[in-house]
Amino acid sequence: MSRSRLYNTQAIILRRVDMGEADRLLTILTPARGKMKVMAKGVRKLTSRKTGHVELFTRVQFVLAQGHTFDVASQADTIEPYVQLREDVQRATLAHYVCELADAFAQEETDESELYELLANALQWLCSASDPQLAVRYVEMRLLTLTGYRPQLYRCAKTSVPIDVDAAVSKSIIFSAYAGGVLSPDAAKFARDGVALMPQTLNLLRAMLSQPFEALSALHIPADVHFQAERALRSVLAFVLERKLRSAQFLKQLT
Amino acid sequence: MNKTSSLPPSVARLIDAFAQLPGIGPKSASRLAYHLLRAPLEHSMMLADALRDLKARTKLCSRCYNITESDPCEICMDEKRDQSLICVVEEPLDVSAIERVRSFNGVFHVLHGVISPMNGLGPDDLKINELIARIAKQATSDEPVREIILATNPTLEGENTAAFIQRKLAASKVSVSRLARGLPVGGDLEYADEVTLSRALEGRQQLR
Repeated sequence: MSRSRLYNTQAIILRRVDMGEADRLLTILTPARGKMKVMAKGVRKLTSRKTGHVELFTRVQFVLAQGHTFDVASQADTIEPYVQLREDVQRATLAHYVCELADAFAQEETDESELYELLANALQWLCSASDPQLAVRYVEMRLLTLTGYRPQLYRCAKTSVPIDVDAAVSKSIIFSAYAGGVLSPDAAKFARDGVALMPQTLNLLRAMLSQPFEALSALHIPADVHFQAERALRSVLAFVLERKLRSAQFLKQLT
Repeated sequence: MNKTSSLPPSVARLIDAFAQLPGIGPKSASRLAYHLLRAPLEHSMMLADALRDLKARTKLCSRCYNITESDPCEICMDEKRDQSLICVVEEPLDVSAIERVRSFNGVFHVLHGVISPMNGLGPDDLKINELIARIAKQATSDEPVREIILATNPTLEGENTAAFIQRKLAASKVSVSRLARGLPVGGDLEYADEVTLSRALEGRQQLR
């Protein structure tokens, strides 16, 4: 029996590149097929029926037609446009970063339903959260967990000795991306890299592993805790991806 | 091994050069090269001259950053134009699009891109600081800038760039406007997306 040429899928638009006279090549994340490249023909024309539906970071219901090189967008209907991202440069810059992260981790021809759900939630949090930076930290931690790179935060990543936050009130705790998590004071002496964390920062990172974002979003996070959590998570991401993300360099400038 | 290696070096070189152009693949590049090979000599010479002049004669206008052969460009030098009304566009091609309408009598400022962190483009890579400096410089002249029209594309990056410029100009006395957004001529309401429809409703016009 021949397979139907058309199929339906939800997707989030991660990237787009102009092609030819009026086409765009979209990089999309789908729940069941992972990351895909899809051709949207004629969408740069003002009269195209699909133009507004295939905007960057929009969640879309697609009807796609199988093609030789790329599948082609036959129909597109917006599910969620995340309008606030268009009006707020700071939140949009964070959305660029989150989508570039998702693009870096997503696989093709793979079930990425958990990553898809995380990204859809992340874009919603970026639209509405009072502290969008916290939403980004949360997404970084959940992404590392989903992809199997969750940092060890309860025991020393080298010696497996339990790390007691209360006992470290007066000291800082060393977090090593190379070792894969926090280090005991003895192991920290021989660490190749390290980010010093205050106990509050370690508590925040631990809470990100166990709590839903809604439970954390009400917290007021001091600037130094934010800074340390960002440095720790970025160091793991840079270690795992072996590169820095392009959008990351603009976060300081635009947020 | 390069597929064009069995060809005469001059043909292979032209095919490789065409293949560097956006939207041109190796097959199209070969077709173009063979077309020129068969075409009369004057066609090829005309193309060669046009390519040489493109780089040799053109430069950016020091006022509006549009591509020009004379600095300042013809639009900036036109005394009939309103120098206090500046239309900010993304690319030089957008200047041509607005000029085709023949109803805009102000001048332009070309940004040469939009803020796109994922593509490595930040505000410092665009001509935004030059726009701010132009407004400040003109403030002491006979014709200070009265209005800035933000005519970036209605894409996410275009909207963000417009919002960024608006934020930068918040302290100045210059009026800032944005091109109207909504339904295109010949469009179909049934197929409009939520953002376009909501913008069209916001920008509705009183008829009586």
